[in-house]
Amino acid sequence: MASPSRHFLDLLEQHGYNFFTGVPCSLFEGVTRILDAEPRYGYVSAVREDSALGLAAGAYLGGRQPVVFMQNSGLGVSMNALVSLHQIYDIPALLAVSWRGEGGKDAPEHLIMGDVMQPFLQLLQIPYAVFDPATLGANVERLTRVMRETRRPVALVVGKGRLQS
Amino acid sequence: MKRAFAVARVADAVDVTGADCLTVVCNGMIGRELYTHADAPSRFYMIGSMGLASSIGLGLALVQPSRTVVVFDGDGNVLMNMGALGSVAAAAPPNFYHVVFDNAAHGSTGDQRTISDRVPLDAVARAAGYRSVVRVRDEQALTDALRSFLHTPAPAMLVVDVERGNQPGIGRVEPSPSELTARFRARATLKTRSA
Repeated sequence: MASPSRHFLDLLEQHGYNFFTGVPCSLFEGVTRILDAEPRYGYVSAVREDSALGLAAGAYLGGRQPVVFMQNSGLGVSMNALVSLHQIYDIPALLAVSWRGEGGKDAPEHLIMGDVMQPFLQLLQIPYAVFDPATLGANVERLTRVMRETRRPVALVVGKGRLQS
Repeated sequence: MKRAFAVARVADAVDVTGADCLTVVCNGMIGRELYTHADAPSRFYMIGSMGLASSIGLGLALVQPSRTVVVFDGDGNVLMNMGALGSVAAAAPPNFYHVVFDNAAHGSTGDQRTISDRVPLDAVARAAGYRSVVRVRDEQALTDALRSFLHTPAPAMLVVDVERGNQPGIGRVEPSPSELTARFRARATLKTRSA
């Protein structure tokens, strides 16, 4: 049986995603391992999350549909790119954002962002869903539809244990 | 050399090179000078997200390998996201041309000094692994460099030393951001002769 990470990447490809970039997080290390190992994905390992969003924007302008992987710490780094590039230029992307600090149980540097991440996404008016294997297919389908209709970024929040293998 | 003059000369060289060229231009006065000189659907103007022009250009160059991608950048922009020079060098797209207009100042906010007078961006790009890097300091050198720059091995960088100060009469980019995206994406995904 395919690993959760393989299944997730297959699902993304089925929904038309064909450009992959980002900055790693241990919570989706299974995905990054596949992306790094298989050249057909053309995965670009970015130096910062906002730079990954820039790469994604360029790929979209060139005709692709991008996915950007990032830790939620990188969501803070990405705020200006989201509001002054993607959202005003109508550039869609799926953000796969790990949820470090979920439930207040994590290293100190993750606790505040872990606590405010959902209000932060709401404040930035980014539609999102929390990764749950039972609803994953429906959520990816819904988020992708919203993303295409609005031509704005949407987010899938990935908690611990979901995509580590 | 005035920056608006240098921007216009580079734009003319891009236009001479051919219809396959796609230009991404950073936020600030450089984009406004390019727009005022000669607008075209093949030019993508940024009005925000400072520092990301090279990342956008890199993503574009990777997915459109048959097109020549030219990034118009400024020293403040490059310094804000200097790690992107490493991304460009590591990915090494052979169709990526990076032009940096360097006045060692933030020209759009009142010419406050940057640090590019002490951190030479051509040396940084060379160390990162750009395949060709050249710096020009006057109009004759720029003219000479532009004869071959867009045909040199890439990723390539051309640093153009320009004076501080803004030329009067430079307008703002008129199309809305979403209009800029729509027209540029249509141009970038158009099947070209070589594609």
